[in-house]
Amino acid sequence: MRVTNIVHLGIKELRSLLRDPVMLVLILFAFTFWVYAGATAMPELLNRAQIAIVDEDRSPLSSRIAGAFHSPYFAAPELIDPDIMDARMDAGRDTFALVIPAGFQRDILAGHPVTAQLNVDATRITQAFTGSGYVQAIVTAEVREFASRHHGATDLPVDLVLRARFNPELDNTWFGSVMQVINNVTLLSIILSGAALIRERERGTVEHLLTMPVTPFEIMISKVWSMGLVVLIASAASIGLVVQGWIGVPVEGSVVLFLAGAALHVFATTSLGIFLATLARSMPQFGLLLIIVLLPLEMLSGGVTPRESMPGIMQALMLAAPDTHFVMLAQAILYRGAGISIVWPQFLALAAIGAVLFAIALLRFRRTISTMA
Amino acid sequence: MTTDDQVIRFDGVGLRYGKVHALSDVSLGVPAGCMAGLIGPDGVGKSSLLALAAGVRRMQTGRIKVLGCDMTRAGYRAKVGPRIAYMPQGLGRNLYPTLSVRENIDFFGRLFGHDAAESARRIEVLTRATGLYPFIDRPAGKLSGGMKQKLGLCSALIHDPDLLILDEPTTGVDPLSRREFWDLIASIRTAREGMSVLVATAYMEEAARFDWLAAMDGGRILATGSPQSMLKTTAADSLDAAFLRLLPEEERRSYQPVEIIPREGHDGEPAIAAHDLTMRFGDFNAVDRVQLSVKRGEIFGFLGSNGCGKTTTMKMMTGLLPPSEGKVRLFGAEVNPHDLATRRRVGYMSQSFSLYRELTVEQNLTLHARLFAMPEPEIAPRVAEMLSRFDLAEVRGKLPERLPLGLRQRLSLAVALIHRPEMLILDEPTSGVDPGARDEFWRILIELSRGEGVTIFISTHFMNEAERCDRVSLMHEGKVLATGAPTKLAQEVGVATLEDAFIHHLEAADGHAVLRAAPLSSDAVPQGHGRAPRGWHRWFDPRRMFSHARREALELWRDPVRMTLAILGSAILMFVMGYGINLDVEDVTFAVLDNDQTAISRDYTANLQGSRYFIERSPIKDYADLDRRMRAGEISLALEIPHGFGRDITRGRPVAIGAWIDGAMPTLAGTVQAYVQGIHLHWLELRARDAGYVDALAGPVTTEIRFRYNADLRSLDAMVPAVIPLLLLLIPAMLSSLSVVREKELGSITNFYVTPTTRLEFLLGKQIPYVVLSMGSFLMLTALAVTVFGVTLTGSFATLAAGALLYVSAATAIGLVFSAFTRSQPAAMFGTAVLTILPAISFTGLVDPVSALQGFGRVIGEIYPTSHFLTIARGTFSKALGYADLRGAFLPLALSVPFLVAAAVLFLGQQER
Repeated sequence: MRVTNIVHLGIKELRSLLRDPVMLVLILFAFTFWVYAGATAMPELLNRAQIAIVDEDRSPLSSRIAGAFHSPYFAAPELIDPDIMDARMDAGRDTFALVIPAGFQRDILAGHPVTAQLNVDATRITQAFTGSGYVQAIVTAEVREFASRHHGATDLPVDLVLRARFNPELDNTWFGSVMQVINNVTLLSIILSGAALIRERERGTVEHLLTMPVTPFEIMISKVWSMGLVVLIASAASIGLVVQGWIGVPVEGSVVLFLAGAALHVFATTSLGIFLATLARSMPQFGLLLIIVLLPLEMLSGGVTPRESMPGIMQALMLAAPDTHFVMLAQAILYRGAGISIVWPQFLALAAIGAVLFAIALLRFRRTISTMA
Repeated sequence: MTTDDQVIRFDGVGLRYGKVHALSDVSLGVPAGCMAGLIGPDGVGKSSLLALAAGVRRMQTGRIKVLGCDMTRAGYRAKVGPRIAYMPQGLGRNLYPTLSVRENIDFFGRLFGHDAAESARRIEVLTRATGLYPFIDRPAGKLSGGMKQKLGLCSALIHDPDLLILDEPTTGVDPLSRREFWDLIASIRTAREGMSVLVATAYMEEAARFDWLAAMDGGRILATGSPQSMLKTTAADSLDAAFLRLLPEEERRSYQPVEIIPREGHDGEPAIAAHDLTMRFGDFNAVDRVQLSVKRGEIFGFLGSNGCGKTTTMKMMTGLLPPSEGKVRLFGAEVNPHDLATRRRVGYMSQSFSLYRELTVEQNLTLHARLFAMPEPEIAPRVAEMLSRFDLAEVRGKLPERLPLGLRQRLSLAVALIHRPEMLILDEPTSGVDPGARDEFWRILIELSRGEGVTIFISTHFMNEAERCDRVSLMHEGKVLATGAPTKLAQEVGVATLEDAFIHHLEAADGHAVLRAAPLSSDAVPQGHGRAPRGWHRWFDPRRMFSHARREALELWRDPVRMTLAILGSAILMFVMGYGINLDVEDVTFAVLDNDQTAISRDYTANLQGSRYFIERSPIKDYADLDRRMRAGEISLALEIPHGFGRDITRGRPVAIGAWIDGAMPTLAGTVQAYVQGIHLHWLELRARDAGYVDALAGPVTTEIRFRYNADLRSLDAMVPAVIPLLLLLIPAMLSSLSVVREKELGSITNFYVTPTTRLEFLLGKQIPYVVLSMGSFLMLTALAVTVFGVTLTGSFATLAAGALLYVSAATAIGLVFSAFTRSQPAAMFGTAVLTILPAISFTGLVDPVSALQGFGRVIGEIYPTSHFLTIARGTFSKALGYADLRGAFLPLALSVPFLVAAAVLFLGQQER
């Protein structure tokens, strides 16, 4: 192995990338505007959820309940007639429709059991889950307060003080922005390394390299370092300028430690890219492999939906994916301010996954190299 | 000569690439009805001139009239286009390698409006005439160089052009095939009188047989006229000499005849020794027990027709291909692909250009010098030396892609020589190089061999080059027929020249006379023009569109791995995502800091423990412990029960329980919040009831929740209809995103530039196969959803299918937009992935409804096709809706297709820039 070969081949990769202005513009776009758009689009947990109220009671209590739904969690409720409720839900206009039956207030005050009906559009699955809990809590709280005031009696004096740590407002942009950067990192590193290899093969330059005193290991590692460097620079700039600067997310931990984690992640994903490139015989095949691999990586790594919501077997399987560990360490470092003493298991896991992927990719690269010529 | 007799008229034509003038003020009339040739060294603007005349390259200054039509105007270009045939430079660059000979020609035939029967008839005539008929079902990629050129010619001739423009058609073609090629052109010309042919060539012996010549140099025309008149005016005895005399004084001086210095025999161990070298591909022997022995310092020539196994033999020598049988020894040691030391002593130049197109000429040289581990201080002077030696100094800062073939070949040779190797293995190094530069090559080779003792193993198609070798081997069908000094080989079989000796051996080997192309009779060649497009067909002809569609579909069909990946990949992803994405959060970890430790506080904790949503971790010791464990992500919820909790409750004093939720992932935190609140309220109610004052308070209020459309709130039922739109976006977009840009990278985009295809026909034609394939995926995904996942399709299938058709059209159009816009495949892939994945997952209602989104995401979500198809998919799957209910989603979806296709049309250039 010659270090100079690795350096020069890597520089060659960087020069090639510089010759593709459209690619550079796309990278810039993905790591700046697109991160911003991705981060700021996500609603607050239950942001301005559409709720309609069918008030058949028309009592002070029912209007009190209607008044309790307000922003930011709910859009101002619309009072609608019962007969249009179904149509509105079919059209997807309301996520929730609360039916307060006639005699609601009277029965409450008389101590009779009463039931309000909440219709939830279960196709909007996050809102359906979180929101129905909120609606229930709001109705119960309003009824209690109304009743206790009416009877002059006191409720059990136990309060629950809820505080969210690390992101007190549960601001989704904090989370969304970093996850978007992470997704870009994975996507770009797989494409840059894998496509670069396939292109060399399609143009016969790999063959030419192999007549020179250059080993497959040198060819591979040069792609890993050069393309990894590009991705790292892009993500560092994105975290510093877009996430912290433009969006204004307060980063609690060390960005340097995060970038060190990112470097390990990129080592794993560029190796993955090369591995995929050795499987694919042409660029179109590589494009499809990319989607097939990338989608589960992005969707199931804990960056879109929480890992807690996945079936156990899927959680276990996804531990083999570098993204899962990268998402974990990014959350720990950037939001919770965790240091290396806390996130070392993720670092270790990433290094191990990276080493295995690199070894497999190298093995396949060596084996398929004669068919490339 | 009047303008009427001119098939092409150039008037003040200029062309610049950046600051460099490729053509300056060229005015030229090419006579009609004859064989006209453009001659001149590499890089003087021959190709540029031809590309302009064919309408491939965009005009900059001046005017060109072809067949009486002004090429600067798109309308005329479209009208005259079908009457021109253009064959670009490079072996088979405009062919489709996975398509067979028949399919390649058929594609062009259909583009020009031939029906199946007409096309079949013409294909038979042309392939019989060119001798391609036996190979009609062979993929173009597996043809030899000469056969590729013939196929290119067939493809060009299928529509009876009035003007045939050939850019160095015989470069890299062996002498026999070359002879056949020109015979073929001649017979076509006899059969189709009035057809004009314009050829650029570097072979002067070919040019000598043309009717009319224009000599070019430095972007200008030096002289025009018949070969005879050129010889006469310059008083030269050959065209080579005539051309030299036409050059300005300072350029002329550099040309000198090549002198061959006899080799002094120092024998010893051979530098290259091949013993029983065999290469088998399947049951085909590409190289069959070849024996070779090349002495040190010898120039050893390798002659043979295209596809006879020369390149394979050379690859085995360099260690690129491990031989099936036999051995090669270089410098006495067996070739070992892991032996880097030997590689350093060898310089190899492959037949096709294989240097980095994104690096400049100088960067390529420097990179290779470094890879060969030359000492750093020697590199700069060596690079400078090579630049001047190969006359590349002027183009040192240019990208090879922008250079003509001849200059690229020089660069390749310079790279092979950069590290002063002891041995050179050169595979047709002089193909496409002009005679002057070729002589210069040979001077260098002779100097290396005689002066420095470099062993040179070279394959060539030029007989005059082969004659300069110390010894040559004749190869045919994988076997070496004869080896010896060129003169000796001729003497042995009693003929005058090496070429005759070669043909003699070939005939002897085949046992019969070499196949000659059957002459064409005039009735065999179709007469009359290809149908000229008329009326609206000029702008949109469904036949041309389907011709492109057919070809794209055939290429897809030939790549079963891609089809399987597209279909199977969708199925796999559906399983992974259907089961993996589940918003029913369970097993949230929590721990309690219980400062009270009373029965009541334990009762509160037990309330949480009993919930299926929570899993308890060991109790929290103190605040430091709480902080550490939350930071590590070990617990998502921490509860703090204060001192005197039980006492205060009994006394009716207000108390507060503290709950800390990990807010790092807000969605999760929100769900946890709702859970804790619910459980807290539930506990309060239980306690109140136990205390007996529940009745005093109020009647128990229940909020009965009805989850609509998905009664038991199965995530699968909600996710599966949402995953279908996601998959039907990402995979179709990725499929189509490479379709155009790939042709740009590989060169076949020229076919689009030169044929009368409009941009819309081209793009729609490419789109159709992917739409069909994606509809197949759609059917499979729907079937999977219903059978395997048990999701009921409650609404109208027809509505869903109609929506899907519009949707996959939009999805493939998104891919086309990127394909038309970008210039490299990685960029097209990245752009498509970036602009489909994020919107599909985050902006279109997969997780959060569009109505809840904000900012740019909301705007994108409102217009993005996925949002609308998601509404259709959920409506038909879960809500039992039909078209009438979902009309609102169809309109924007239907509008997005023409909008996206129009964007792709806009981005796609009609001509090369």
